[in-house]
Amino acid sequence: MELKAIGVLMTYPMSSYLEQELDKRFNLFRLWNLPQKNDFFKENSGSIRAVVGNTKVGADRELIDSLPALEIVSSFSVGLDKVDLGHCKEKGIRVTNTPDVLTEDVADLAIGLMLATLRGICECDRYVRGGLWKKGDFKLTTKFSGKKVGIIGLGRIGTAIAKRAEAFNCPISYYSRSQKPESKYKYFPSVVELASDCDILVVACALTEETRHIINRQVIDALGPKGFLINIGRGPHIDEPELVSALIERRIAAAGLDVFENEPHVPEELFGLDNVVLVPHIGSDTVETVKAMADLVVGNLEAHFSKKPLLTPVFID
Amino acid sequence: MADPQQLQSTTDAGNNLPFAIIHRLPNFKFSLSWAEDIVNLIEPSDPLYPIHGPSARVAIDIGPSPIKSEHLDQYPSVECIIGTSAGVDHIDLAECRRRNIRVTSAGGAFSEDGADYAIGLLIDVLRRISASDRYVRAGLWPDKGDYPLGNKLGGKRVGIVGLGNIGSLVAKRLEPFRCTIGYTSRTKKPQVPYQFYSTTLDLANNSDALIVCCALTEKTRHVINHDVMKALGKRGIIVNIGRGALVDEKELVKCLVGNELGGAGLDVFENEPQVPKELMTMDNVVLSPHKAILTPESFEALRELIRENLKAFFSNKPLLCELNLSG
Repeated sequence: MELKAIGVLMTYPMSSYLEQELDKRFNLFRLWNLPQKNDFFKENSGSIRAVVGNTKVGADRELIDSLPALEIVSSFSVGLDKVDLGHCKEKGIRVTNTPDVLTEDVADLAIGLMLATLRGICECDRYVRGGLWKKGDFKLTTKFSGKKVGIIGLGRIGTAIAKRAEAFNCPISYYSRSQKPESKYKYFPSVVELASDCDILVVACALTEETRHIINRQVIDALGPKGFLINIGRGPHIDEPELVSALIERRIAAAGLDVFENEPHVPEELFGLDNVVLVPHIGSDTVETVKAMADLVVGNLEAHFSKKPLLTPVFID
Repeated sequence: MADPQQLQSTTDAGNNLPFAIIHRLPNFKFSLSWAEDIVNLIEPSDPLYPIHGPSARVAIDIGPSPIKSEHLDQYPSVECIIGTSAGVDHIDLAECRRRNIRVTSAGGAFSEDGADYAIGLLIDVLRRISASDRYVRAGLWPDKGDYPLGNKLGGKRVGIVGLGNIGSLVAKRLEPFRCTIGYTSRTKKPQVPYQFYSTTLDLANNSDALIVCCALTEKTRHVINHDVMKALGKRGIIVNIGRGALVDEKELVKCLVGNELGGAGLDVFENEPQVPKELMTMDNVVLSPHKAILTPESFEALRELIRENLKAFFSNKPLLCELNLSG
């Protein structure tokens, strides 16, 4: 069959390598480049059979409904909070994501953020670049090895974080909807209990209705002034204004954040604080992983259109 | 910092505790009040030093304060120097050997922190944590869009230069990151599962990143030289938490400026606190002011070690972390 005739709509400029690979095989449309979206949909919606989305622009109900020939949504992400899964199921649209390939990167970044936050590495770098070393300051930071790490969500990423933290002699505990019988880590049935028992709280769960603002005032207070918060999940996991005031008032020690509620906007009150590390949603942004993710997106589309089993299908409950 | 007022009052208290000399550079402040139940502390600048100092049998060397022959001349009765840093390149060991003076180091008190910091710098350089933190704080994310991609740690070949206390802990920490670990050291360590290379050049040829954590000696000065950097290559990364002089800094700057190296994470420099200005504007470099080991937890471990060594010395028991000066 002629793949070149198949219209694929990419929602966002997520990877130039992916664009190039899709261009080679399909009739690729770039949603962010369209001057007249209405005209475009009128003209092309019948030929578009696949959407490639990501965590910034996925496939919401409106987009799905405007593409009557849509058969598959292949997401360049592991998280699917920007894809209307219920609606896809209803309409028989298949969904794929890119699990596993980014697990290591996100877990690496979580450990990197813990080290950067506890040991003040970014602050050190600012200090040297600011020419302050010559004035000779003497400030201690916090040791990482041996600290109690509490993980919210013991899925693939949470487990990979746990495995890494164990090599630093960190006792591991976790919270998830239900206890994992196969896990050797200590289980807490509530986030508040987990937060009061650990030194470093890491958010590594999926974003759902139940986990929105899973880090609220109560959890922040339970973590306390010696506690550290790391978020490599999604921005809306944290009640951001609550966190901002806790950081300003030093009601928690520090935070390392890869994600924010209103990306790419980060609360400006944080810019001048030394007890926070701010990185721009780079959890899986490595040359190696982006290539592996792009190959999976393309591979899923090729499998679908040549009627072979999908590589990484999402099963919608 | 030892408060002179407090020193005097202890001395005047007429206790029977032995004296210990505090040897330090004027800007190195470190309180030793927690040792005052074991020894009376005295500094050469103390008015009572001429009375008690010359008979003191122990000197405590604060941080990397140099101890040379002329210092030892001022401490005629000293039989033991208690070092408080992991490296001891600032102490004239040959002179200590000649004078029959025993020397201890901080040994493993700082090892975990040193190893943690090495991993922190490595991840930071690969994943651009400090650089992208700067990007966010400068408000560039909304206007300039996504930050350029970093590199993955998983699957990288990491070479450890010096598999001692710190190096071994670095290796252990790297294992779950799915890195291939190699090392070089004076001798091949039996029962170590990592690949041994007999030279640093050989190690560099087979590594994507080097972590420098060996002691500074005459033999290891500039162990990371031009050839090693060339062997590591365009994407290679150097992390140094050892001593500045282990790396040929001029060559390092040249390689980084010429894009012949991928990046560097540096906690130490050849001429501290001076840092080459070319590095100050690079986004593939993380700079840190010799702080790899400075945590309250490390200091607590160090305090315990110093206390144990003071007690051991004055009761003729074996010292902890004593250096072998016979070689």
